[in-house]
Amino acid sequence: MKYFEDVQVGDVFPVGGHTFTADEIKAFAGRFDPQTFHLDEAAAAQSHFGALCASGWHTAVIWMRLMVDRRRALAEAARARGEPVAAMGPALGFRDLKWLKPVYVGDTIDYQSEVIALRPSGSRPRTGLMSFVSTGVNQNGEPVISFVSTTLVERRPEQP
Amino acid sequence: MPKLHWEDFELGAVAIYGPRLVTREEIVAFAAEFDPQPMHLDEAAASATLLGGLGASGWHTCCLTMRMIADGFLLNSSSMGSPGIEEVRWLAPLRPGTRIRLRSTVLDVRASKSRPEMGLAKMNFEVLDDSDAIIMTLVTTFMLGRREAGP
Repeated sequence: MKYFEDVQVGDVFPVGGHTFTADEIKAFAGRFDPQTFHLDEAAAAQSHFGALCASGWHTAVIWMRLMVDRRRALAEAARARGEPVAAMGPALGFRDLKWLKPVYVGDTIDYQSEVIALRPSGSRPRTGLMSFVSTGVNQNGEPVISFVSTTLVERRPEQP
Repeated sequence: MPKLHWEDFELGAVAIYGPRLVTREEIVAFAAEFDPQPMHLDEAAASATLLGGLGASGWHTCCLTMRMIADGFLLNSSSMGSPGIEEVRWLAPLRPGTRIRLRSTVLDVRASKSRPEMGLAKMNFEVLDDSDAIIMTLVTTFMLGRREAGP
C-alpha cells in the first residue's frame, strides 16, 4: 500500500470479482442473517425477492475479503521491489451503504473502490484519513451495492 | 407472540438484546474467511497495529449485530428487507471473551408514500461491551409490512 501522501482523490482500485453460489449464500445466512429468503429456495420464491438471494452483509464482506487479498498482493510486490509498505487500518466505519439490487444465485459481482477524500488525522500525526466509495456491479452491469468507508493510512515518514 | 408489524414500532422505544459471548475462535474464523488482516488473526501481530491487540473485524461486529437483530425481533416481524445502512461507526475494538449486548432505539417511523402496504422504521443500534462501553453504532431503516394498509 502507498503512503497517505502518495494517494490522490480519484484514484480507482479494481478490487476483484466473486460468483455467489447457493451453498455459500445459505451458509452465510445460517450464521448471520437467517431470514428465509436467504436460506430456502421455496420460501424465497414466495417472497418479494422472488428467488434465493444473498444477505446484503454477505455482499459487503466479500468486498472486504477481495480488498484484503488485493492489498496483500500489492504489498508483496512492493516488498519484492525493495519498497516500503505503508500500514493501513483499522477502518473507522462506513456510511451510505445501499443495497441497490438483490444478488441472486450465480451472479458475479465485480467490485471497485475510488478515493473521494483525504485529510490528515487531527489526533494521530503519523496517519491520514482516506475515504473511498466502493461499488459492486453484477454481470448485467447493474450496481448491487455501494458504500463510503473511511480508514487510517500511514503517512510518509519525514526524512532526517 | 403475535408477529410484529410496522405499527408496533414506536418512536423512541428502547430495547436490549443479548448478551452474546464472542469467542477468540469465532473472531479468528470470521477473519480467516472474510477479513484476513493480522490484527484480526494473531495476537502478536495485532499488538503491533493501531488496534493494540487482537480484535474482531468490524464487519464481524456488523454480522453479529445482524444476527442479534434477526433473533431479537426481525424474524418475528413482517420485514421486507432494508435498503441499506445509513452509518456504522467502529468506536472501540471488540476483544475476545466479550459478552456483547445490543441496545436499539427507534429514531423515526413513517408510512411509505409509494407502497400503502409498507412502512419504514429507522433505528439506531449500539453494541455494548461488558462495562456498557459502546463498541459500535449502526443506523439503518427497515421496510416492514403494515397490519392495515394505509391510504
